[in-house]
Amino acid sequence: MGTQTQETLIEVRNLKKFFKVGGQTLKAVNDISFTINRGETLGVVGESGCGKSTAGRTILRLYEPTAGEVIFEGKNISKLQGSELKAMRRNMQMIFQDPYASLNPRMTVGDIIGEALDIHGLATGQERKERIQELLSLVSLNPGHIDRFPHEFSGGQRQRIGIARALAVEPKFIVCDEPISALDVSVQAQVVNLLEQLQEKMGLTYMFIAHDLSMVKYISDRVAVMYLGKMVELAESEKLYEKPLHPYTQALLSAIPIPDPEVERKRERIVLQGDVPSPMNPPSGCHFRTRCPKAMPECAAMEPVWKEVEPGHFTACHLYN
Amino acid sequence: MEKILEVRDLHVTFHTYAGEVQAVRGVNFEVGKGEAIGIVGESGCGKSVTAQSILKLLPQPPVQYKQGSILFNGQDLLKKSEKEMEKVRGKEISMIFQDPMTSLNPTMTVGKQIAEGLTKHHKMSAAAAHKRAVELLEMVGIPQPERRVNQYPHEFSGGMRQRAMIAIALACQPQLLIADEPTTALDVTIQAQILELMKELQKKLGTSIILITHDLGVVADMCERVIVMYAGKVVESGTVDEIFYNPQHPYTKGLLRSVPRLDQNRNEPLTPIYGTPPDLLKPPAGCGYAARCESAMRVCQLYDPKLDMVRSNHQSACWLHHPLAQGKTGS
Ligand SMILES: Nc1ncnc2c1ncn2[C@@H]1O[C@H](COP(=O)(O)OP(=O)(O)OP(=O)(O)O)[C@@H](O)[C@H]1O
Ligand SMILES: Nc1ncnc2c1ncn2[C@@H]1O[C@H](COP(=O)(O)OP(=O)(O)OP(=O)(O)O)[C@@H](O)[C@H]1O
Ligand SMILES: [Mg+2]
Ligand SMILES: [Mg+2]
Repeated sequence: MGTQTQETLIEVRNLKKFFKVGGQTLKAVNDISFTINRGETLGVVGESGCGKSTAGRTILRLYEPTAGEVIFEGKNISKLQGSELKAMRRNMQMIFQDPYASLNPRMTVGDIIGEALDIHGLATGQERKERIQELLSLVSLNPGHIDRFPHEFSGGQRQRIGIARALAVEPKFIVCDEPISALDVSVQAQVVNLLEQLQEKMGLTYMFIAHDLSMVKYISDRVAVMYLGKMVELAESEKLYEKPLHPYTQALLSAIPIPDPEVERKRERIVLQGDVPSPMNPPSGCHFRTRCPKAMPECAAMEPVWKEVEPGHFTACHLYN
Repeated sequence: MEKILEVRDLHVTFHTYAGEVQAVRGVNFEVGKGEAIGIVGESGCGKSVTAQSILKLLPQPPVQYKQGSILFNGQDLLKKSEKEMEKVRGKEISMIFQDPMTSLNPTMTVGKQIAEGLTKHHKMSAAAAHKRAVELLEMVGIPQPERRVNQYPHEFSGGMRQRAMIAIALACQPQLLIADEPTTALDVTIQAQILELMKELQKKLGTSIILITHDLGVVADMCERVIVMYAGKVVESGTVDEIFYNPQHPYTKGLLRSVPRLDQNRNEPLTPIYGTPPDLLKPPAGCGYAARCESAMRVCQLYDPKLDMVRSNHQSACWLHHPLAQGKTGS
C-alpha cells in the first residue's frame, strides 16, 4: 500500500466551478465534497467532460471557485490572495497530460525546472544547478542532460521532466492530470512506478486523474467517480471495484476491456444506451437517469443526495435512500 | 480457414529530406474469412502504414511500396492501377480511422456520404440509397435516423460520428473492414457500444476485421488472433490465448507485464520497458528490439531473427527460440 495516514490533508466542501459559455452557464463542477488524507492517492475517473480537470484546477486555485471551500492543513485557502496565495501554491503542484505541450520547447531542461525554483526564490547560482541535477536524478534522468531541450527526450522522459518541475518546490500535494494517457503502454509503467517511489520517499499526496480504470485501481487508495460535474461514488479502490453501488460506476467498470481473453469471454457487459448529455443542459434530478438502466420516477424529480451508505463508501443515488 | 487477405514480405518506405524511412520492413500476416485479427505495438511501429498500404491510401511519392505483395482473394492489390483500386475501396475493403472528422466530409450531410458509395458501386437510385442510409444509421444505433440522416457531421457527438463512419464503411457490405484505433478517442462506455456493434456486424455479415489498437484489453475482447509489431516488423503472431497466456517474444512479454492486472497489488511494481524503439531512418542490422531486450545475446545485434513457428497456431521472431540458445531464456 501507499503511505496513507488518517490525517486529513485536504478537505473539499461543496465546491462549484461554473463557466459562462455564450450567455449560458456550464456547470463543470457542481457541488462536490470529499477529503484526501496525507500520503494518500485519490483516483478520479469519469468520462470526458465530466469535470475531472476542472475539479483539480479549482482545488489548486488555478481556477477561482464559483462557490465552496478548500481547506488545506486546516486552513481555508479559497479566499487567499497575494503573497499568502503564492506561499500556499508551493504546497500544491500539477502534472499535466501532454508531455509535449506542457514543456516550453525553447527552454532547456535545466531552465524548465529552474524556473519553478526562481519563482519561489528557492535557490540561486551553484546551489540552483545542484538542486536541478538532484531533481533530475530523483526522476531517473541523467543529470548531465541539464542543458538539453525537451525534443531530445522520449515521451516517458518528458513526463519525468514535468514531474521534476512539479517536485522542485517540494510540494505536499500533486494533482496528476492524466499523466500517462499520452504515453505508450510500455512507458506508462515507468512513470507510475516513479510516482509511487516518490510518494513513499517524500510522503506525497496525490489526486490521480485518469481514464484507464485498471491503472487507477492499481495506483489509488480510494477512487472517486464523476459524472456531469457531480461526484456519484467514492470508496476504497478494492471495494469500489468489487462492489460498485452506483449504476454508472457499475456500467463504467463493466465497460473496461480487460487484457485477459478468458475473462473477456465470460463477461457480461452493461452497455449503456446513448451519449453523455450536454453539460449546458443536464437532465433534471439525477444527471445519469437518461442512461441509467435502473432509473425510477423519483430520479427525474429529485437530485439524489451525497451520503455515506457504508463506512467510507459514499454515493449519490436514489436506490440507496 | 479460407484466407481473404495475405500480406507477404511487405516493405514500405517514405522518402524524406533526412533519408529513407523504412516504416514497414518485411511484414507477413494473413486474415481468414470472417475472422477478426488485432494488430498491436508501440507508437511508430508501422501499424497504420501497414493498414493504409492495403488500400494504397498513401501518396506515392513520398511512399514507395518496395517489395512484397498484398493478396486480396488471391489478387495482388499492389499490382492494381489506381482506377482498379477505386473499385476495391469502400466496396470490398473499407477503413475506419481514429478521428472521424478527418475522413468525414464536413460540407456534406451524413446521409449523402453514406449514399455516395451505394450510388457509385451499386448503381442504386438516389431515393433507394437515401432509404438505405437511414437503415444503416439505425443499424449502427443512431437514434432518430430519419432526422439525423440530413444532418452534418459537426452536429453529431464524437461517438455518433464514429458510428456514422462505420455506417459509411459498411454501406457496401465490404468483405474486409480495417479499423485503425476506432475507439481510442472515445470514452469507455461509448467504446463498449462501438466494439459491441463491430462484433455484431462481424457475426451477422461475416465481415473480416483488422483492428489496430494499443489497448490489449480491446484485443482480448474483440480478436481471435493477434499480430504484434515492433520497428516495422511482425515479431510475434498467434491466437489470443497463445499471445496472452503463452507469449514467446520478449517484447510481447514486456508489453503484457507493463499493464496492471486487475488483481495486481500495489506492492508488486509494474515492469516497464526502458529505452525507445530504433530510428527507422537507420534501422539496426540485427533484431530491432535487441537494444531494449533483457535477454539479448551477441547474435541479436548482428542478425535479424526470422518469424518461426513455435506451435501450430503461434509464430515468433527471436533468437532465443533457436536450438543453440535453449536454456538462456532469461525471463
Ligand atoms: N475554461 C473553460 N471554459 C469553458 N468551459 C470549460 C472550461 N474548462 C472546461 N470547460 C468545460 O467544463 C466541462 C468539464 O471539463 P473538464 O476539462 O474538467 O473535463 P474532464 O473530466 O477533465 O474531461 P477529459 O477527460 O476530456 O479531460 C466540459 O464541458 C468542458 O467543456
Ligand atoms: N509521412 C511520413 N513521412 C515520414 N515518415 C513517416 C510518415 N508517416 C509515417 N512515418 C513513419 O513510419 C513509421 C510507422 O508509422 P505508423 O504511422 O505506421 O505507426 P503506428 O504504428 O501506426 O503508430 P501509432 O500507434 O502512433 O499510430 C514511423 O516511424 C513514422 O515515423
Ligand atoms: Mg481533463
Ligand atoms: Mg497509427
